[in-house]
Amino acid sequence: MAWGEFKDTAAERRLFQRRALVLLGLVVLALSGLLVRMYQLQIVEHEIYTTLSDKNRVQVQSVPPPRGLVYDRSGILLAENRPVFSLTVVPERVGDMDDTLAQLRDILSIPEEDIERFQRRLNERRRPFQEIPLSYDLDEEEIARMAVHRHQFPGVEVKAELVRYYPHSELTAHALGYVGRINREELQRIDPVNYAGTNYIGKSGVERFYEGVLHGRVGYQHVETNARGRILRVLERENPVPGEDLQLHLDLRLQRKAHELMEDRRGAIIAIEPRTGGILALASVPGFDANKFVTGISVADYRDLSESIDKPLFNRALRGQYPPGSTIKPMMAVAALDSGVTTRDRRIWDPGYFQLNEGGRRYRDWKRAGHGWVNLMDSVAESCDVYFYQIGVEMGVDVMYHYLSRFGFGEDATLDVSGALSGLLPSRDWKRAMRSEPWYPGDSINMSIGQGFFLSTPLQLATATALLANRGVWVEPRLLKDIRGDRPLEEFLPASTHMPLNLKNPDDWEYVVDTMVEVMHGVKGTARSAARGTSYRMAGKTGTAQVFSLGEDEEYDAEEVRERLRDHALFVGFAPADDPQIAAAIIVENGGGGSSVAAPMARQLFDAWLEEFPAAEAAGAVTQAKAGEDR
Amino acid sequence: MSLARLLNSPDTEGLGRPKSLWASLHLDPVLLALLLLLIGGGLFVLYSGADRNLDMVKGQMMRFGVALVVMFVFAQFDPAVFRRWAPWLYAVGIAGLVAVLLVGVGAKGAQRWLALPGLPRFQPSELMKLVVPMMAAWYLSRYYLPPTFSRVMVGLVIVLLPMFLIIRQPDLGTSLLVGMAGVFVVFFAGISWKLIAAFFGAVAVSAPLMWFYVMRDYQKQRVLTLLDPQSDPLGAGWNIIQSKTAIGSGGLDGKGWLQGTQSHLEFLPESHTDFIVAVLAEEFGFIGVLLLLALYFLIILRCLYIAVTAQDSFSRLLAGALTMTFFIYVFVNVGMVSGLLPVVGVPLPLISYGGTSGVTLMAAFGVLMSIHTHRRMISA
Repeated sequence: MAWGEFKDTAAERRLFQRRALVLLGLVVLALSGLLVRMYQLQIVEHEIYTTLSDKNRVQVQSVPPPRGLVYDRSGILLAENRPVFSLTVVPERVGDMDDTLAQLRDILSIPEEDIERFQRRLNERRRPFQEIPLSYDLDEEEIARMAVHRHQFPGVEVKAELVRYYPHSELTAHALGYVGRINREELQRIDPVNYAGTNYIGKSGVERFYEGVLHGRVGYQHVETNARGRILRVLERENPVPGEDLQLHLDLRLQRKAHELMEDRRGAIIAIEPRTGGILALASVPGFDANKFVTGISVADYRDLSESIDKPLFNRALRGQYPPGSTIKPMMAVAALDSGVTTRDRRIWDPGYFQLNEGGRRYRDWKRAGHGWVNLMDSVAESCDVYFYQIGVEMGVDVMYHYLSRFGFGEDATLDVSGALSGLLPSRDWKRAMRSEPWYPGDSINMSIGQGFFLSTPLQLATATALLANRGVWVEPRLLKDIRGDRPLEEFLPASTHMPLNLKNPDDWEYVVDTMVEVMHGVKGTARSAARGTSYRMAGKTGTAQVFSLGEDEEYDAEEVRERLRDHALFVGFAPADDPQIAAAIIVENGGGGSSVAAPMARQLFDAWLEEFPAAEAAGAVTQAKAGEDR
Repeated sequence: MSLARLLNSPDTEGLGRPKSLWASLHLDPVLLALLLLLIGGGLFVLYSGADRNLDMVKGQMMRFGVALVVMFVFAQFDPAVFRRWAPWLYAVGIAGLVAVLLVGVGAKGAQRWLALPGLPRFQPSELMKLVVPMMAAWYLSRYYLPPTFSRVMVGLVIVLLPMFLIIRQPDLGTSLLVGMAGVFVVFFAGISWKLIAAFFGAVAVSAPLMWFYVMRDYQKQRVLTLLDPQSDPLGAGWNIIQSKTAIGSGGLDGKGWLQGTQSHLEFLPESHTDFIVAVLAEEFGFIGVLLLLALYFLIILRCLYIAVTAQDSFSRLLAGALTMTFFIYVFVNVGMVSGLLPVVGVPLPLISYGGTSGVTLMAAFGVLMSIHTHRRMISA
């Protein structure tokens, strides 16, 4: 037959019948099992579940973990948590919501914004019986009034919660960032279970970058409530795991110093410890009070901040993109030496201008009369433009691009600085893509003195300066110094990615550092007056960046306009030159000259770090030791 | 000849009598009535589970309308057609599964859908719930039964290959259902009890290995949550705690239709899909559950009857396996909602909202009706 083998149909049928009978037995058994289970739940344990369901008396509540604290490098608290009393509502327990809100507004002052936000939250997806915050930061009197009227408001509770507080906020807002209420997009991103009791999330800076570390793990408790939702007792509790405490490289004293130096000007100061890459100071002036943002800033306050012409919310240190100007010259010197375009001995005649070809456009030196015969050392020390025009043209954009990108320009080279921009390091390809134009030699001339398309953030300048101080050894800038806990730092800090910049002749590093020392201490150094009388040797470079335009529709008075059209003053440098402890980049918007404005600020910053602070510490240690002896 | 036919088919359809309307439509009135009763009752529960969302109920009615048409179409084919086509369908199904892994679309980290130009999107894994038992039945019924050891092994390979491909999507629930369908064919074919004992022994040994090397974290979490729902009361445990509360508070006769507090106050998640039986248990009580399980039992009983009275081995094996797959749906879903089994995404058949499984199930019932209504005189 077709099947190829003999089949005993009758036997097969009997076999199937037996098997079907077995499985029928199994089905009966399994369905009976389900029925027994249902009987157990519905008849035997009916009372238990009725109680659970009727009042839903036993509730599971989330217990939010306390957010990790943030300390500066010497252990000063930069971000802490303080108790704040807020009004929360469990909508399921409120009879008439509109009526309740109206009555609440009679006895408390609840801003319209809070009501609107509450209504929005009310319509979003949430777990049943989850409380929704209505009003934050009640004062003593409001708490008292609420206590008196409490019986009128089932489902409404005054709840204490820990809220972020920044004790030195005006100084640290740009470096630390801040937390704020979780918004809708963030709600999509976070783990709803772990954030069940959390109302705040890191919005920017360290708070944002280390959100996962700072937040901790949620805990929960089973609570017994009465029918009105008041908690009668806690039945069982699983404690939350607090967020990790962070210690930053940031030094509050230096940060304060930076703000003091900047006075009421606008600008940024970044200081980096070259050996560790630790960011000692990250100041963007003016700062703002981030505490206002935590529980929600009022519209009026926000308008004041965002519309101020000083742009206090703008983080100049990370996101301000300026032409680096002459501060780029030491890096250009490294590029020119290593690529073989110039030598230490080569001299160039500077008549005060540079021409690509006879009779062509004259590119002016800042010194009209010219510097005369200059070598590389003189050119950095006196900031001679013509020398750099010459070597810029000789190197061409590709060589300059190659070396400057190794210095971290055109990328965000930081490990854990949230929101840092990458500036703009122009290249042949970039110009073709963005401007649909070829690269002209004139572009190389502009680029050689840090003008033209070239843009850099203050943080990038500081990073490149730290690389000079480190003689080519890359240590990416970072904020996190340590974690207060058992877990190793490596678990949290991203890994380094940059290879060291090795020169064909490593001694060229020393030579370029010497040119920067000459800027500070040389007879003709542009910043010699700023470095007069130092106990240590400073290396630095001044710079001035032109301000090109001002928005046409902006209305300032004449005085203001003149002030805001002035050049930006820049300075990069480190000290001591042969054992760098601190590298810095300073930009003062509309400050005028780099040597007259920015360089003296650097001098004071370095004095503070290298002399004043250690002296104060030593004095403090002596006092403490004395106190110890007395005891 | 007529004697043999009468002996072989102790069914209503006698020789010489004119074919009844049902027979010419190739439908089984008993099974159809039971199914319509179940679906109709299910719509009422769904209306409550979906929180009185009439659009959802209408959508579900549309879906079952389509599913009934599919059932009707499947019932028109002679079982011999299914047998002839089994290897080809199987090949297409495997190709589809491979294609899903390569170019499939999906959501929540799993690729399950295949979007071919010009065709509606479909899940090859859903198709395999029908095709795998067909293929296994085709292969085993070519030879005498019970099968030899080597043929059992080939049969298992036929089952395991699609299982493996579906697990990779990853979709553990569907993979297990497909696997069960195939394994039941092998069981019905008469695999020896020794082999069955050996298989369970192997499972017992490999379970710990699966735990440590194969299962993903979310799958382990489901098992852990089953053993101790309190260990994660805000996350996965929430579902089980709330569904048990819903079921338990229903009591003997329930809180009444649309009166379930657990489901209507949104304590119960997925109340219109996988956890719908909890809504039924809360609102109609133990009596409701009893009626539901009785209805399922009658359907299974009728289907097993169809299987036992089928005329050839292929039909028997296929009918038996499809019936048992249906039973597995019921058992796994009710077991999971009542906290006996871990939470796997298996809907309550013919009642849960949405999904393509309803269509597949009705297609399977179509196959069963086809087996029951295409009878012929057979010689051997």
